Amino acid sequence: MTTNLPVQDPDLHHSVEDPGIGEHVERFTDVDKGAGNRVYYTLLAMLGAVPVLAIAFIVIYFAMPRDWIIHIEFGGATYIHASAMNVTLGLTGGLAVLLIGIAVVQWARALMNDHEMIEERHSAASDEDTRAAALAQWEDGVRDSNIRRRPLLLGALGGAVGFAVIPAVVTLADMGPWPTKATRAETIERTLFAAAPEETIRLVNDETWRPIRPADLEIGQLVNAQPSNLHDVDSPSHPATPKEHHQEKAKASIIIVRMDPNSIKIPESRTDWHVSGILAYSKICTHVGCPISLWERQTHHLLCPCHQSTFDLGNSGVVVFGPAARSLPQLPITVDDEGYLIAQSDFTVPVGPSYFERDSRNDYKDGDA
Amino acid sequence: MNTESKRKRKAQARPWVLVMALLVVGLAYSVVVPPSSSAETEMTQQIEEGKAIFDVSCSSCHGLNGEGLSAGPSLIGVGAASVDFQMGTGRMPAARGEAQIPAGEVVYSQEQIDAVSAYVASFGPGPAIPESSQYDPEGLNADEIARGGALFRANCSACHGIVGGGGAMPEGKHAPALGDTEDVHIYEAVRTGPQQMPTFSKDVLEDDDVRQIIGFLNTADEAPRYGGLGMGNHGPVSEGFWIFLLGIGGLSAIAAWIAKKGAGAR
Amino acid sequence: MMAKPTTVVEDRTDLESRPAEHGAKHPAAGTATWLDERVGLGKIGKFGLRKVFPDHWSFLLGEIALYTFIICLLTGVFLTIWFKPSMAETFYDGSYQLMRGIPISEAYSSTLAISFDIRGGLLIRQIHHWSALLFVASVTVHMLRVFFTGAFRKPREINWLIGMGLFTFALLAGFSGYSLPDDLLSGTGLRFADGLIRSIPIIGTWAEFFVFAGEFPGDLIISRLYMAHILLIPGLLLALISAHLALVVYHKHTQYPGAGRTDNNVVGYPLFPVYAAKAGGFFFIVFGTMVLFGGLFQINPVWLYGPYDPAKVTAGSQPDWYMGWLEGAVRIFPNWESHIGGTTWTWAVFLPGVGLMGILMTGLALWPFIESWLTGDKREHHILDRPRNAPTRTALGVAGMVWYGFFWIGGANDIIATRFELSLNAITVFLRVAVILGPIIAFIITRRLCLSLQRSDRERALHGSATGEIVRSADGGYDEDHVPISDGEQHALTQHAQPKVLEADDGSGPTGVPGPTKVSKFRATLSRWYLGSQILKPSADDIDEANHHEAQHGVEDAEARRELD
Repeated sequence: MTTNLPVQDPDLHHSVEDPGIGEHVERFTDVDKGAGNRVYYTLLAMLGAVPVLAIAFIVIYFAMPRDWIIHIEFGGATYIHASAMNVTLGLTGGLAVLLIGIAVVQWARALMNDHEMIEERHSAASDEDTRAAALAQWEDGVRDSNIRRRPLLLGALGGAVGFAVIPAVVTLADMGPWPTKATRAETIERTLFAAAPEETIRLVNDETWRPIRPADLEIGQLVNAQPSNLHDVDSPSHPATPKEHHQEKAKASIIIVRMDPNSIKIPESRTDWHVSGILAYSKICTHVGCPISLWERQTHHLLCPCHQSTFDLGNSGVVVFGPAARSLPQLPITVDDEGYLIAQSDFTVPVGPSYFERDSRNDYKDGDA
Repeated sequence: MNTESKRKRKAQARPWVLVMALLVVGLAYSVVVPPSSSAETEMTQQIEEGKAIFDVSCSSCHGLNGEGLSAGPSLIGVGAASVDFQMGTGRMPAARGEAQIPAGEVVYSQEQIDAVSAYVASFGPGPAIPESSQYDPEGLNADEIARGGALFRANCSACHGIVGGGGAMPEGKHAPALGDTEDVHIYEAVRTGPQQMPTFSKDVLEDDDVRQIIGFLNTADEAPRYGGLGMGNHGPVSEGFWIFLLGIGGLSAIAAWIAKKGAGAR
Repeated sequence: MMAKPTTVVEDRTDLESRPAEHGAKHPAAGTATWLDERVGLGKIGKFGLRKVFPDHWSFLLGEIALYTFIICLLTGVFLTIWFKPSMAETFYDGSYQLMRGIPISEAYSSTLAISFDIRGGLLIRQIHHWSALLFVASVTVHMLRVFFTGAFRKPREINWLIGMGLFTFALLAGFSGYSLPDDLLSGTGLRFADGLIRSIPIIGTWAEFFVFAGEFPGDLIISRLYMAHILLIPGLLLALISAHLALVVYHKHTQYPGAGRTDNNVVGYPLFPVYAAKAGGFFFIVFGTMVLFGGLFQINPVWLYGPYDPAKVTAGSQPDWYMGWLEGAVRIFPNWESHIGGTTWTWAVFLPGVGLMGILMTGLALWPFIESWLTGDKREHHILDRPRNAPTRTALGVAGMVWYGFFWIGGANDIIATRFELSLNAITVFLRVAVILGPIIAFIITRRLCLSLQRSDRERALHGSATGEIVRSADGGYDEDHVPISDGEQHALTQHAQPKVLEADDGSGPTGVPGPTKVSKFRATLSRWYLGSQILKPSADDIDEANHHEAQHGVEDAEARRELD
C-alpha cells in the first residue's frame, strides 16, 4: 500500500462521475498584457503611497498639538467633532496599513499564477504495521522499566505527584477571607448603620454629606443618601486605599423618599420605621446588587437600570416586576434631638443579593404584617 | 444625534438677552419712574390675562380653579416654576392624557406663559420661576463644573443616562434626554418634579449644586467626541452593532473579493 | 518567484534542487544551508512551501480572529506601558477638565491619561477595544461556519474542542479587559459579576470572597483581573491557537463540494506564494481596518462615565456585545428563588447567568459526538456539507441562533424601549415567550427551507437550469424550458452522501450478517428524527432516465413541430 487515503472505499454512490477540476479560466491580466501592466503600476502606486502616509503620521504625531479639535459642520449637522490628532493619526496609519494589504492581495489575485493545484490527503490513522510496531516499542519500554516486577512503584509515583500538587492548591486558600458564619456576620450581614442606636448615625446626602431634616423634603422627593459615619471610613478625601470606604458604601447606600402617608401601605410591624411619610430603603438591588434610584413619584415604583427589577416603595419595597426575588430592605429611621434624620438600627435583613448560606424565605413579602 | 447646536446658540445668546433686558428695565425705571401702585396694577393685569388663557386651555383638565379633575392633577401649590416648565417645554397643554406627556411644540409666547404662571401661582404658594442667578452656570470654574459631574452621577444619571442621554422607565415611560433642554427648565424640573420625576428641594440640592450640574451638562454637551464619530452613542449596544455590520460585514465582503477567481478577478 | 502552472503536486520536484548542482548560487543559499544543517529547513520547506490551501471567503473568518488577536497583543503591549492596575485613589489632575479634582482610582486615572495625555494613546486604546470586539465576533462567526458546514466531523473533533476552549477564553479575555478601566460602566459590570458568582449554589459566597479578596469591591479585583487579562488568558489563547493551527495544517483544510474535489484531495493554491500573499495581505487589511476604526469611531468613552462608585449607576449600562445575551437572559428570567434546609438557591441569577453559558458550551462541545452517534457515521470527512444537505443540523443551528438572538435583544431592552418608544415591561414579557417559541418556529421553518432547497437541487440536477421560457407542447400542455447544466455542477449537486437512518434491533434479524447496523430503539428513534427528512438526491439511473426523457421530449417536440408544419 503506497498511500494512506482518508477514504479507502468512498462508497459515496456518486450519481455523476467526477469530471475533475474545471478548465482554468483566464483572467484579463493573463490575456491582456496592458491590463497586467496597469495592475502592476497600480500596485506600485499603492505601495509608494505608504511611505508618504507613514511620514505624515510621524509629522502629525510630533507637530500637532494634542488639544486640537476637528469640527466639520455642514447644513446644521455635525459630521465630526473629535480630537484632530486621533482622527488624523488613525486615517494616515490606517490607510498606510490598509494599502499594503490591498496591494499584496491584488498582486496575488491578478498577477500570481492562479492555476489550481491538487494535493493528496493522507489519513491520520496509522496502518496496522505501524500500530503493531508502536505497541511493540511500548512493550519494550514497559519491560525496560521493570514495572511489572515492581508494580508498586507506579502507584507510589502517582500518589506522590498527586500529594505534591495539594500544597500548590492550598496556597490559594488565602485568596480571600473565608466566609464563615462569624465572618459573614461582620461583613455581608452588617452595614455601617449597625452602630446605631448607641451612636447617632445621621442620613446624609451622597457627594455633599449634608444631613437631612424632614422639613427639607417635599412629597415626591428623592434623596440619594448614605450614613454619616461613612465619612470616617477611609474617606476618598484622604487619598489612601479606599477599600473599606467602597465596601461600606456598597452596602450602606440608601435612598430616602417622601410620599403622602395616606397613599401608601405601611404594615403593622413598620409603623414606627418612617417619619411622616419619609421612608429609607437600601439602594442596593436584591437581584445582583446594582445601585437603584430610578424612582417614580406618582407610582412609587423604583426601577433597577441593570435588569429592570421593579420595587414598590409605597408598599414596603416588594417586587412588582423583574428578576429580583426579595423585597428591598427598609431602614428604620427617626429624627434626633436636632431634628435630623437618623437610623434607628441596621437593616433587619442583609442588603444586596441573596446568598446560599442564609434562608431568606422569611424576608418581608407582600401582605406580611 | 446632534443635540449640541441649540444649547450652544442659547448659551451664546443668553448674555445679550440679559443685557438688553436689563437695559430696557433700567431705562423704563429711570425715565418713567412708575408709581408703586402701577406695578400692582400690572400684576393684576397679568393674572387676568393668565386666567383668560387658563380658562380656555387648561381648565378642561385641571378644573376652573385649578382644583384638579380626573383628567389632570390639582395645580394648587405647584407654583409658577412648574407652569413655566410644563408650558415652556411644550408638554402643556397636552392633547391627551398619556403614560408620559412628551415635550413638544411650545404654543404660547413666554409672556403668555408668564401670565398663566402668575395666575396658577395665585392658587397657593409654590416654587417661583427662578432668577437667572439661580441656574445660570456662567462664571463657574473648572473644579466646580467637574463637581457638577459628580453631583449629576449621584442624582441624575441613573434615570437620565450618562451625560443626559435619556433612559428607559417602566411601562413605556422614559427619562428624557437633556441635550435640548434649556437651563431654566432643568432648574425648574429639579425643583418641581414634573410627572414621574422626583423633586429635589433647595435644602437638599442647593441652587449652587444645580448650577454646577447645569454647567457640567452644558460643558459635556459641547465637548467633542474625542474618539471620532459617536456611532449612535448607545454605548456597548451600538458598538456591538457596528462591529458586526462594518467589521464582520465589511471584512467578509473583502474576503469575498480576495477569494474571487477566474475572469471575475479583476 | 512565480509559480509555474502545474496542476498536480507530484510534478513539483524541482523546487528543492540544490544550489551546488546549479551554476549560479542563490544569494540566500548560504543562510538557508546554515539553517538547514541545524534545524532541517529543507525538509520544512519541502513539506510546507507548496502546501495547498482551498480558497473561499468563509475560510477567512477564522483568519480575522487570528489577526485581531495579534492586533490586541500588539496594542495591548502599548497599553500596559501606561496602565496602572491599582485601585488606590488619587485626585485627578490630567487635562480632561470635566474630571478635575475628582477622587478617582489609579486605574481610571491612567486610562484617562492614555486617552488624553499620551500621544496616540487614544488611538491605540480604541484599536485595542474595537479589535477585541471583532476578535470575539469573528471567533463566533467562524464557529458558526464550521458548525453549519459540518467541518467539525471526523477527524476534526479535537480541533472543534480546542475551538470551544478558544471561544471560552476569548469571552474571558474580553470581559476581564472591559473591567479594567474602573469607570462607572466597568464597575457596574463587576458588580454584576459579583452577583453572578454569589448566586452559584453551595460555593457561591466562598467563590465571591475568593475572587474579590473579601467583600465587593475590595481593592484587589483590578490587579487580579489585570494578571488574568495580560498574562494568563492570552497565554492560554496563544497555546490553544498554536494547537488549533497545527491541527489545521496537519489535517489540511476542508473544502466545499465541487468538480475535482474529493475526500481524498485538497484543491487550491500553494502556500508560497499565492496563499501567503492573500493571507498576509488580509492581515494588513484587517489591521488597517482596525486602525481606521480606532481613528474614526469612538468606542467606550470612559471619560464620560466617571469613576466607579458603588452607589452610582447610569441608565443604559450594558456589557460588551458578547455578554449581551447573558445580560438579556438575566433580565428576562422569572424571579425564581427556592429555600432548601435553611439555604437559598437563587435560580433567577444562576440559571440564566451561569447555567445558560454551561448549556451552550456543553451542547456545542458535545455536538460532534452526538451527531456521529445519531448518524452512525464513522467515516472521515474533508468535503464540507452544504447546510441544506444536513437539514436537521442546520435547523438546530438556526434555532440556536434565534434563541441566542432573543436573549441578546433582552440585553438591550432598555435601549430598544427608548429608541423605539416601546414599553420596557412589554418587551420583557414578549421575550419570555419568544425565547421558547422562537427557536421552535425557526427550527421548523429552516428544516422546510432546507428540504425545498434540496428539492430544487434535485430538479436542477435532473432537468437542468430553468430558462424561464414557457413552451407549449403538441398536446396543449405548458412546460418550462430547461437547459442542461455542466457535468461539474451536476456532480457538485449530487456529491453528498445521504446517511441512512439507523435501524432498531428488533431481535428478528440474525446478527453478523452484512447490512445496516442495528441499534437500540431509543437511538433509532432519534436517528429517524435527525436523518428522516431528506429529499433523495437523484441516482445515476434517475439522471440517465431524465436525460433519456429530455432527449425523448426533444424528439417529441421536433415531431410535434413537424406535424404542425
